[in-house]
Amino acid sequence: MNSIYAFVVGPLAWIAWGVFIFGSLYKVVSMYQLAKAKDGSSLHYMSFKYGMRSILHWLNPVGTLGWQSNPYTALVTFVFHLCLVIVPLFLMGHVVLWDQFFGITWPTLPDTIADIMSIVFVACCVYFGLRRFLQRDVRFLTTGKDWIALAIPALTFLFGVLAYHQIGNDKVMLVLHILCGEIMLISIPFSRLSHMLFGFFTRAYMGSEFGGVRHSKDW
Amino acid sequence: MTFDRKIEDAGLTRGVSRLTPQRIEDTLRQVLEGETGAKLKLYAETCMRCGMCSEACHYYMSHDGDPSYSPAGKVHQTMGEILRKDCKVTPEFVYQMAQIAYTECNLCRRCVHYCPLGIDTGYIMSTVRRMCHKLGVTPQYIQDTAHSHAATMNQMWLKDDEWMDTLQWQEDEARDEMPNLRIPLDKEGAEIYYSVIAPEPKFRTQLIYQAAFIMNEAGVDFTMPTSPGWDNSDMCMFSGDFEMMGRLKKIHFESALDLKVKKIVMGECGHAFRSIYDQGNRWDGWDMYPIEVVHSVEFFWELFEAGKIKLREKFHEPITIHDPCNIIRGRGLMEQSRKLAHALCDNVVEMHPNLEHNYCCAAGGGVINCGPPFKNVRMKGNRIKAEQLKATGVKTILAPCHNCHGGLEDLVHYYELGMDIKFFGDLIYDLMEKPEVE
Repeated sequence: MNSIYAFVVGPLAWIAWGVFIFGSLYKVVSMYQLAKAKDGSSLHYMSFKYGMRSILHWLNPVGTLGWQSNPYTALVTFVFHLCLVIVPLFLMGHVVLWDQFFGITWPTLPDTIADIMSIVFVACCVYFGLRRFLQRDVRFLTTGKDWIALAIPALTFLFGVLAYHQIGNDKVMLVLHILCGEIMLISIPFSRLSHMLFGFFTRAYMGSEFGGVRHSKDW
Repeated sequence: MTFDRKIEDAGLTRGVSRLTPQRIEDTLRQVLEGETGAKLKLYAETCMRCGMCSEACHYYMSHDGDPSYSPAGKVHQTMGEILRKDCKVTPEFVYQMAQIAYTECNLCRRCVHYCPLGIDTGYIMSTVRRMCHKLGVTPQYIQDTAHSHAATMNQMWLKDDEWMDTLQWQEDEARDEMPNLRIPLDKEGAEIYYSVIAPEPKFRTQLIYQAAFIMNEAGVDFTMPTSPGWDNSDMCMFSGDFEMMGRLKKIHFESALDLKVKKIVMGECGHAFRSIYDQGNRWDGWDMYPIEVVHSVEFFWELFEAGKIKLREKFHEPITIHDPCNIIRGRGLMEQSRKLAHALCDNVVEMHPNLEHNYCCAAGGGVINCGPPFKNVRMKGNRIKAEQLKATGVKTILAPCHNCHGGLEDLVHYYELGMDIKFFGDLIYDLMEKPEVE
C-alpha cells in the first residue's frame, strides 16, 4: 500500500500536473489559433469592457435571468464551485504536500471548515446527480460524458471525506482520493471540465456581442 | 430518441429523396471543417447539459416542458447527434434536423439570458440550417423566397417595373390627402434612402403610403431607389444561403452608396435590421454597415424629438408593446421604442416579461416563411405568448416588426384574443396633424 501511495503522490502526480498544465496550455493556444483561422468574424468583436461586464453580472448569483429562474440550481452551482476551488487550494493536508515537495506554503483553512465544505460539496454533487436523473429536460440532454464530468469531482471529494473520517480503510480511501484528483486534473483539458478553461471566454464573447454589437444586456 | 412530429413538406421531402449517405457525410464535414471553428467546438465541449436554458424557449414553455423543445434539447437532436455520429447520419435524420432547425427555433436568442456559459444556440441552429441548405433540404416556402432573392434581388418575385409602379401608385393615392406629396425616386444626394422589405409593395402597400405621408409632413429629404437593392429583406440569411445573403446586403448598401445619400432608414422590420448589423455585413467583411442605417423606431423618435411630427391627439385606449428580438435584444432600441410609444399613447401597458427578456413571436427567424405546412407549429408552439398578451388585458398591440406582426396576428386569431396589432407608422399616421385638403 505504501508503495502505491508513494507512486500516486510521486510520479503519477507529476504526470497529472504535467498533463493538466501542458494539456491546458495546448488546448487554449490551439483553440485561439483555430479561432484566429476560422472565427475571425467573431473574434473581431471581442471586447474587454463588455466581456468583463458580462462575467461580473454572471458572477452574481441573483444577477441574471437564468440564475433568477433557477434559484436552487444557482445556489448549488455557486456553492459547488466555491468549494471546488477553495478546499483543494487551502486544505492543510494539501498545503503540507506543497511544503514537503517544493518548500512553499500559504495560509490554510481550519480542518473542520474544510471538512464541512467537502461534505457540502458531495451533497451538491448528489443534487446535480438527482437533477440529471429526475428532471425531464436535463435527463433528455444527459450523455455518458456528463456523468463522467460529475463523477470525477464527486468521487474525489467523497474519498477525501471518507479518508479524513477514517471510514473504510483510510489508506485505500486516501489513495483513491488522490487518484481521482489526478484523473480530474488530467481530464480538465480533455472533457466537459474544460469549461474551467473556456467558460470565461465564451461568456466574454457573448458579452462582447451583446454589449458592442447588440447594445443590450446578456443576463 | 424518437421524433414523433414529422410534418410533410414538399421541399424537405424532395431534398431528402436526393440524398445519399456519402453526400450527407461529405457535406456535413465540409461545413464543419470549412465553415466552423473554435466557436462551435467550444459550445459543443463546454455545454454542461444543465438544462437551465429550457425555460427560455417559448416552444418548450408552450409544450408543457417537453424536453425535445428546449434550446439545448434541439441542439442535442441536431448538431449534437451529427457530432456524436461523426457526420454519419441518415436522410431521415436530415429531414428531422431540418424541421427542428427551420421551424422550431426562431433564432431569437432569448436562451442567451439563461446560459451561464454564454452558449449561442441561435448560432448553432443557424449552422444546422446552413448544412441543410448545402444538402438541398429546405422547406419549400422559404426556399421559394430565397429563389426569388436570387432571381430578382427581392423576396417577393417583384419585377422592376412593378416596384416602381407601386411606388408611383402609392404616391398618387396619397396625393388625394396631400396634393404636393412626392416619393422622390433615385434622388442623388438625398438625406435619407428609405428602404423596405418586399412584402410591403406586395401586400402591405399602405405602409409605403404612410411612410411617404409622414416623411412629407415632417419635411424629410428622402428618396426611394428604383433599381434592385431597394429590398432590405434577407430570407437567405435564414435559409442558410449565406452566399446570397452577402449578395443581397452588398447590392442594398451599394444602391444607397450609388445615390450618395447620407443614411438608410429602414421600415419597421426586424430581420432586415439583423442582416445589416449582425450577419450580412460580416459575410461581406464589414465590421458594421458601410453607410449608417437607422431603424424606423429610431427615426420616428428623432422626428418627434425634433418637433417635426405634431399629433392631433394621442391614442387613448390602453395599448401594449411587443419587443421584437432583432431590434431590442439584437440592437437595444428599447429606450426609443418606449419614448415613442409614450409620446403617442396615453396608456402603455407593459407585458411581462418585457424588453430584452420578452417572449418571441414565433414567426421570426424565417419560421413564418416556412409557410402553411408549419403554421400550427407556430401556433401550438407559442401558447405562452398568447397567455402573455392576454394577461395585459388590453385590446391593441404595438409591434414594430413585420414578422412579429404576422406571427402575433396569427396567434390572436388562433387563441381568439380579439386584439388589434399596429405598427408605429400606423399610429403616427392616424394620430398626426394633417393638412386640410380643399
